[in-house]
Amino acid sequence: MSLSLSVLLAIALSATAFLMAPRRALNLVSGDRRQLASLPKQFGLSAGLTVFLPAMLIALVGGLGGFSTTILPYIVIAVAVVALVVSVWQSRPDFIARNRAESLITLVLIAASGVAILTTVGIVMSMLFETTNFFQDYNWKDFFFSTEWSPNFRGDSALGILPLLWGTLYISFIALLFAVPIGLFAAIYLSEYAGPRLRSFAKPAIEILAGIPTIVYGLFALVTVGPFLRDYFATPMGFGQSASSVLTAGLVMGVMLIPFVSSLSDDIFNAVPQTLRDGSLGLGATNSETIRQVVVPAALPGIVGAVLLAASRAIGETMIVVLGAGAAARLSLNPFEAMTTVTVKIVSQLTGDTDFASPETLVAFALGLTLFVITLGLNVFALYIVRKYREQYE
Amino acid sequence: MSYPSNSLLRVDDRIRKRNAAETRFKAYGITAIVIAVLALAVLLTSVLGSGLSAFRQTYLTVNVQLPEAKLDKSGVRDPAVMRKVTTIGYASLLRDGLLDTMQDAGITTQMSKKDVAKLISKEAPATVRNHVLANPEVIGTTMTFDLLAQGRIDGFFKGRVTLESAALDGNTSPEALMLAQELKEAGLLETRLNWDFLIAPDASDQRPEAAGLGVAILGSLYMMLVVLVLALPIGVASSIYLEEFAPKNRWTDLIEVNISNLAAVPSIVYGILGLAIFINFMELNQSSPLVGGLVLTLMTLPTIIISTRASLKSVPPSIRDAALGVGASKMQAVFHHVLPLAAPGILTGTIIGLAQALGETAPLLLIGMVAFVREYPAAFSPDAGLFGEASTALPVQIYNWTQRADPGFVERASGAIITLLVFLFIMNIIAIMLRRKFERRW
Repeated sequence: MSLSLSVLLAIALSATAFLMAPRRALNLVSGDRRQLASLPKQFGLSAGLTVFLPAMLIALVGGLGGFSTTILPYIVIAVAVVALVVSVWQSRPDFIARNRAESLITLVLIAASGVAILTTVGIVMSMLFETTNFFQDYNWKDFFFSTEWSPNFRGDSALGILPLLWGTLYISFIALLFAVPIGLFAAIYLSEYAGPRLRSFAKPAIEILAGIPTIVYGLFALVTVGPFLRDYFATPMGFGQSASSVLTAGLVMGVMLIPFVSSLSDDIFNAVPQTLRDGSLGLGATNSETIRQVVVPAALPGIVGAVLLAASRAIGETMIVVLGAGAAARLSLNPFEAMTTVTVKIVSQLTGDTDFASPETLVAFALGLTLFVITLGLNVFALYIVRKYREQYE
Repeated sequence: MSYPSNSLLRVDDRIRKRNAAETRFKAYGITAIVIAVLALAVLLTSVLGSGLSAFRQTYLTVNVQLPEAKLDKSGVRDPAVMRKVTTIGYASLLRDGLLDTMQDAGITTQMSKKDVAKLISKEAPATVRNHVLANPEVIGTTMTFDLLAQGRIDGFFKGRVTLESAALDGNTSPEALMLAQELKEAGLLETRLNWDFLIAPDASDQRPEAAGLGVAILGSLYMMLVVLVLALPIGVASSIYLEEFAPKNRWTDLIEVNISNLAAVPSIVYGILGLAIFINFMELNQSSPLVGGLVLTLMTLPTIIISTRASLKSVPPSIRDAALGVGASKMQAVFHHVLPLAAPGILTGTIIGLAQALGETAPLLLIGMVAFVREYPAAFSPDAGLFGEASTALPVQIYNWTQRADPGFVERASGAIITLLVFLFIMNIIAIMLRRKFERRW
């Protein structure tokens, strides 16, 4: 018998319990439901869940844990049958079925919120496990401090993270250089100057940018921005012949980040109390002086938080750099040159033929863990700053 | 008008400077908005400009003889036997058919027969073969087929290929393009609407003209079903617990911090999770919509939880108090009263989460959805189980096409993006309409 068949049987048994339990309770009081401690349907719910939940739990844990597949289905069925008998036998008039049903439902709800914890544990464990495997084959000092990245299949790959990290940071820096001023000024203008007509047009337009999938930005970088930068800037100015470059990926990623920065800072500007503005205007400051000298300093911690969140987005972004930045690991300052990032290398090491015993594949997990730690650190720090700032005016 | 020298209304140098600074500041703001809107406009026009033509395709109208001697020597019309004739056999029939059709129309050419045959797509013999195998009774007759023209010919009528570029191209020649132009004038060649782009499966590197989105759309649909079935109940259940029942202690604090951090984890990390847990550890099928759906579920869960909690929070406490006051338990108050009132907000959040998941590419690359798949995946099969057959997804198909050498695939990728954006647009419109229709302010 297969596991899925036994699960189906357990579901059928729990449906039986759901129907039988209220009938038995009603029979015991010869149909007079006023004598029952709970509504009949609560009897059904409690009995059905009593059968369903333990069976599912065993099937899930046993199935995931690789428990013997020959015995497991029978255990599932046995548990379901026992639970059916017990729960129907329990369904007497004085049984407060509502309490039982509700405590079982609460368990389900708790289990559902545990999924988030399990996801985090899964992320950390899956990467940690393979990363330790990787560091058994490969010296961790070389990984973190070597400036060379050249995987090959002869067994003497150089897998230094520094060139990848450099590409990641360089591209993210350009993206932020583009997105932060534009996003901030757009947010300032929309929240402090713009009339309702401009706002009703410009705000949704900027928000559309946020809803566009990153693969679209990637294709835009590959087909439009890359060749444009190469033909009109890089080649005439003698900086190189490559369409995929740090600048291509950085600019396109900057466009992607504009709505992120602007909507976050819009919230922050709106949280600055109007009294601060009125005070400044009352002293004779112009609008722009008020913004520069009162509103922005008051909102500064929030803005820093928004920029950090945007930076974490930029560092973890994949499709734009896969299509726009190139694949060559390089430590160079020329923004028209192709460089590569941590995320690009994760994709390239884990797609196609992979061999989970070789360091060339396992390095992707070490890269992923590094990426996870960096973005997590940025996020926690940003949320900390934003939260701390919020407390000031509430 | 002149003011006394000590008047506040007098515009002196300092005031002028400050006013100029004000104007400059406003100009910066307007520039920023213009740049942002311009970026959107350029992005959309560049995609639409190169992608709309993917929905049109060039077809040749050719009379093809289907002689029994070649296609079914046995004469029993048994498809199993007729399968022995490969597409190569059909290709020569198509070539002869095209030459005959040209002769009937009075078109002559200096090109060799082989070069003329190159006008027809390499996909066309397979199309004709499938038609014949499905309808054996057509053997022995002469049928008129609308056959796909080769990608370069198609590109010529869409402006992608010119006579100059054809001269440098090994796959076509200026003569072939001139011949195609003549065929068009004779009414034998036509560029028209092409629904096959949305229905047909992917095609190999040499035949961009035949590549379609059928498998990708089906795969994306399956994944969205998995996400909907898993993420919605789990997300709603965990939000109900956190918002309505959870005691304020360290454990629930941990869950909350955890969820807000999960929302900001780079999507590729979820791909690594899927590869390590679902494929390597649980041994589910690679490139199956099931694994893709599971990964996207974990990714969308934080989004759904955050929006569900917001809409649960917006239901006023008086509703709960009233229910508790007439004897409902806390659970009944939540499930009978709070949840139905929060449902529109939850739905809106779910649709937006689904839209996000639909456009996500990076994690799917890692779980092997880049594979070349030509078979439509079945929702259920005895071997592979539920949603277990290999498939691709819309955004991954786009990525896949950008990696192909033939420039025809750029048009296909842009066309696929238009399809993806249309789906996203529809989903967002539904979300906005739901919000407009059911939004309540208490």
